[in-house]
Amino acid sequence: MSVGALEPDYPGLNEKEVIMCGICGVLSLGGPLGLPDGTPERMIGVMRHRGPDEFGAWRDASIFLGHARLSIIDLAGGQQPMAGPDGRYWITFNGEIFNYIELAAELTAKGHVFRTKCDTEVILHAFLEWGPEGCVDRFNGQFAFAIWDRHTRRLFLARDRFGIRPLFIARHEDKLLFGSEIKALRAYPGFAPDLDPGALAEVSTYWVNIPPLTPFAGVGQLPAGNMAMVGDDTWGEAAPAPLPAEVRVKRYWQPKFLPKAEDHAFVPEAEINKLAGQLREKLVDAATLRLRADVPVGAYLSGGLDSSATAAVIHAYTDHRLKTFSVGFADPDYDETAWQMAMADHLGTEHVTVKVDAEEIARRFRDVVWHTETPILRTAPTPLHALSGLARSEDFKVVLTGEGADEVFAGYNIFREAKVRDFWRRDPGSNARAALLGRLYPYLAQSPPEFMRKFYGTGLKDGPDLFFSHRPRWQNTGPVAGFLVEAGPAWLSESAPEERLLWQAPTDLATYGPVALAQFWEMRTFLAGYLLSSQGDRMLMGNSVEGRFPFLDHTLAEFAGTLPASIKLQSLNEKAILKRSVADLLPADIISRPKQPYRAPDSSSFDNPVGLDLVGEFLETSPEPAADLWQQARVGALTRKFKARGLSSTRDNQAFVGTLSGRILQHDFGPGFESRLAGLILAEGQIDWRNGPDT
Amino acid sequence: MEIKTQVRQYIVENFLFGDATPLNDDDMSLLDGGIIDSVGVMELVAFLEQDFELSIADEDLVPENLDSVNNLCGFISRKQTA
Repeated sequence: MSVGALEPDYPGLNEKEVIMCGICGVLSLGGPLGLPDGTPERMIGVMRHRGPDEFGAWRDASIFLGHARLSIIDLAGGQQPMAGPDGRYWITFNGEIFNYIELAAELTAKGHVFRTKCDTEVILHAFLEWGPEGCVDRFNGQFAFAIWDRHTRRLFLARDRFGIRPLFIARHEDKLLFGSEIKALRAYPGFAPDLDPGALAEVSTYWVNIPPLTPFAGVGQLPAGNMAMVGDDTWGEAAPAPLPAEVRVKRYWQPKFLPKAEDHAFVPEAEINKLAGQLREKLVDAATLRLRADVPVGAYLSGGLDSSATAAVIHAYTDHRLKTFSVGFADPDYDETAWQMAMADHLGTEHVTVKVDAEEIARRFRDVVWHTETPILRTAPTPLHALSGLARSEDFKVVLTGEGADEVFAGYNIFREAKVRDFWRRDPGSNARAALLGRLYPYLAQSPPEFMRKFYGTGLKDGPDLFFSHRPRWQNTGPVAGFLVEAGPAWLSESAPEERLLWQAPTDLATYGPVALAQFWEMRTFLAGYLLSSQGDRMLMGNSVEGRFPFLDHTLAEFAGTLPASIKLQSLNEKAILKRSVADLLPADIISRPKQPYRAPDSSSFDNPVGLDLVGEFLETSPEPAADLWQQARVGALTRKFKARGLSSTRDNQAFVGTLSGRILQHDFGPGFESRLAGLILAEGQIDWRNGPDT
Repeated sequence: MEIKTQVRQYIVENFLFGDATPLNDDDMSLLDGGIIDSVGVMELVAFLEQDFELSIADEDLVPENLDSVNNLCGFISRKQTA
């Protein structure tokens, strides 16, 4: 339904209250809940960057729910945790339900009465009306929430379809802990999980942990597109470790694509134009829906197609005066300022920028890892931390960004690679076919085909392989795991990351063509586990800014899933249909500009006094020799190479940044945690205890 | 120092960071074995140019010359006597 069709004349719900937050909770799995002193002050306080202004809590005999809230306007209603109409249900919620107005209208027509103007209450009423599955199905948004039923003693949890908002769960003694960030669980007195070397090996190979794994032993994450129930053994299926066995899960959504024959069908020009027009409408709806807020909404401009398209659509279809933000680099090899300015000029937006140099990256890096809560293989999240800081300093709490377009419309090189390699494997000996890779990677064009074959030819001769598209990436990143103590790589070969990848996978996966399969895995792994997390939610929330992602509107993504791959990746032209749908809104050279992946200088960012201090503390010696998860001999050799000649290979840079961030993570979530937490614990009286069912 | 020792030492220090275990066979493919990647090939070429004072042309960049310890030794010997 087009957003413009429903005017917000529904009384009381015509302003979308923006609530950025962190949620947390502790559920007793047996007997009355005994909370160690100060637990709420620690768990909520450690997440105050997600919601610095109001801290709410509620508890009964079995459960404690916590909430850290950023309040923009002093509203009477909307505080959390929040009770349903008769006090039976209590919710703590992080995120946005963008179609809350339409849902509220539907619910009011069915007799529901609302006290407040916020989407939190809409969730509760939707839950009452349609039940757990029914309500989540109807939400268009980004969310993680928990609803406690006081009568049946059941806890319901849900996470949005793409994993935009995080949700972690762990069992500690006889309690279930959950929260928006791992540090909320870690703040529970006595809960101090170690880093898991196997999980580290997984990140070192796959770039992410495959849900429900996290880098911490015993801490699980609810996968994207999933709901969970605690307290009903017949519901859903048992969750795999490290999610606690008491947690039962159900997948309610996942991306869907066409089967191969339809995916590669020829689409006539007239039809393409028609589809481009439909796509344009969906994009307008998705973007304008995400403007619903009681505060000004800004946009990031990277200089690339996706963020430009978002900003252009808003400029063309709304009265919204857009302020745009971007980050530039002192190092000209990475800087895209000229493109960003060109787009800002084209739209006439008020545009502000921040320039980041190597020392800035080194200076922020430790805080960045505190927020990512996982080792990272490149420094790219760090300038985004500076960027959200810029938005915050300009008093913008909400920004739209272009994440998701590459996954939904096949923008990445890995999709073009998948197409070329699939073509290649039908005649692996062909030099002509191998030479196509030179079209993708000009530096390879100078290499003889034999070298290209070795580097990218992984799996060319093997039989059908569902993971064909991602094998080169996993193989080429793999050696980074070699820096870990043996337990790491050993775990990787015994355990089965691929089994976890196949868990919950659709039964028709094998019918997908190479591009669709690649998109599916990219959404399942890289998007949720790295892009939306380490580069997305964590960097934005780290400065109390909320990101919104029009390309991850599930109705837009579902529509894109019905489009043949042949018009998303037209020959080797990526995101072709998207470009066509916005061509008239953007300068021609933004459309035709070759895709420049967003990158930041990696190991070279640490070649300055601040960086070298970090290197000294965490790489030159082992900070925790008795508990080291890395082989110091190899780390030391890598560090000496860095200092002597610099590191030029991708692999060396990944090992450097991965080990540095891993060691910082081990320390700051281990022996260093209490001192980081100390300044964040809430004072007595700072928590607003919700008064009970009648409130 | 014997050519083979020099070559092995360079590979172990520069690509394996001191751990010689993966380089268990002088005929094993360095690329297939994951010991070097495409940038590693460039580093290897720089090593040959510097440490052995060879000049390396495009047509020399083939696995027969670069892709194993033995291939490297053979290549270096041929170039030195050419």
